[in-house]
Amino acid sequence: MILAIASGKGGTGKTSVAVALAQAATGKVQYVDCDVEAPNGHLFLHPAITERREACLPVPAVDAARCTGCGECARFCQYNALAALGTNVLTFPELCHGCGGCAKLCPAGAIREVPRRIGVVESGQAGTVRVTQGRLDVGHPAAPPLIRAVKRQAGADGLAILDCPPGTACPVVAAVRGCDALLLVTEPTPFGRHDLTLAVALARGLRLPLAVAINRCDTGDRQTEAYCRAEGLPVLLRLPDDRRVAEAYSRGEGMLAARPEWARLFRQLPAAMATLGQGGAP
Amino acid sequence: MKELAIVSGKGGTGKTSVTASFAALAGGRAVLADCDVDAADLHLILAPTVVERQPFRGGHEAVIRQADCIGCGACLAHCRFEAVRMAADPEDATAPPRFTVEPTACEGCGACVRFCPVQAIAFPERECGEWRRSETRFGPLLHAQLGVAAENSGKLVSLVRRQARRQAEATGRDLILSDGPPGIGCPVIAALTGATLALAITEPTVAGEHDLERLLALARHFRLPVLVSVNKWDLNPAMAAQIEAAARRAGARIAGRIRYDRAVTTAQIRAQAVVEGPETGCAQDIRQLWATVLEALNG
Repeated sequence: MILAIASGKGGTGKTSVAVALAQAATGKVQYVDCDVEAPNGHLFLHPAITERREACLPVPAVDAARCTGCGECARFCQYNALAALGTNVLTFPELCHGCGGCAKLCPAGAIREVPRRIGVVESGQAGTVRVTQGRLDVGHPAAPPLIRAVKRQAGADGLAILDCPPGTACPVVAAVRGCDALLLVTEPTPFGRHDLTLAVALARGLRLPLAVAINRCDTGDRQTEAYCRAEGLPVLLRLPDDRRVAEAYSRGEGMLAARPEWARLFRQLPAAMATLGQGGAP
Repeated sequence: MKELAIVSGKGGTGKTSVTASFAALAGGRAVLADCDVDAADLHLILAPTVVERQPFRGGHEAVIRQADCIGCGACLAHCRFEAVRMAADPEDATAPPRFTVEPTACEGCGACVRFCPVQAIAFPERECGEWRRSETRFGPLLHAQLGVAAENSGKLVSLVRRQARRQAEATGRDLILSDGPPGIGCPVIAALTGATLALAITEPTVAGEHDLERLLALARHFRLPVLVSVNKWDLNPAMAAQIEAAARRAGARIAGRIRYDRAVTTAQIRAQAVVEGPETGCAQDIRQLWATVLEALNG
């Protein structure tokens, strides 16, 4: 089962929940960090990394000797990764999405694709948890291809917990696509709720089975519960605000280090998620 | 024209709460820009009256015209984004399979359009959201909503910033305050490029430390000066000090700390910036931080 953990708003506790889920699980489990811009799970799980691969995107290299300067490639490229200046073609690899179209269509056969590094994918073991994570190179703009590489390396072995990036744009879509169920972690504040509504729209657009976890549920206001009721969203986890949990987090220790008795809540969650209907209807 | 980009690396460290307070403290002299276009929250505090809204078109999307499709599968073979779906014809099992493009997976590259042997794929412009110009009690606000699951957040950030600059010029303002997105990817790069100064808000946790380190590396890449402020510093004073020391080594300046205060959440629930409420310790810290930021902007 692939269980994705997302939120809309950042800082609501995705990583804490994902780590606790992985640590509480019985049987084969893996934690997959898809937040490749800010991967934080390793700070709590401390995996011994045994496998490291560069993730690359194929980008165009123009053979100036063959190029006739016809400009077909530059006209085709939707991302302005190629520009034709007279008989000269310039490439801007940081803008390239790696679609491969330019190399295929060049009438002179002057473009070949060369790998450009965008980050690394790492795997290792942390106790009973198999950890796979991606780390986007600083300065590279596009997270989705690296997220796809992380998911390919992890596979769908056992229970896979995907820790997703914040927001509702293409990186989140790349992370949650193909998951069996999505858990949205929120906090009961206006910001948390607003971004939750966006994340719910995304999940419903992708027709994903959906449930909500409310972190620091005894702070803020009561309107998040009301929203979930009105929308038919099952709230499968409520975690109180806890100074000990916050302090443990600041040091790089997971929730279960501070509150081992919470393991039971997390252990039963995957089974509950497996019975969800699409879009959150129970 | 000066532009301050408020960013964080890690999400949820307090960017938007600080930006809202700065907007209040700027006393109407700044144009405000919400550059967190896929989870924009600043408007929840600023209660804007929208004056103008415009669609944002970012790129194209492939749409297969079923009437013209011969079912050859060239589109599937050329798509590198797993956006083309193949399914058997539900009415005729012997017919060629049917192909469709999943819009949330299509990156709008146009390869399938180009290589379709019978030109059966349309390539319309894609509406990816909208941007808005609003009036607020603290001055003009430029903000946007990226379509859910949409591409091109970086382009929309650039558009919001362009419009903010235009608004500043039109109204004789010389300062833009922009609330940035989390992370270090394309929307962050779009928010930082060409700004005068970045203020990074972090928290005293290992995750805050780790993500700030990556953000500072990105800022160095763009040779952008950065101020750092540790929010909720008193939750772990030793970690706050460690982060500040590391930030200094990475070339950033420490601009002051903000103490943990539940008044921030209370203010958010009332749709207020924390500096608009009763004078708490945290509000004092933010006033102090604002003074330091103004000095750095003008220095």
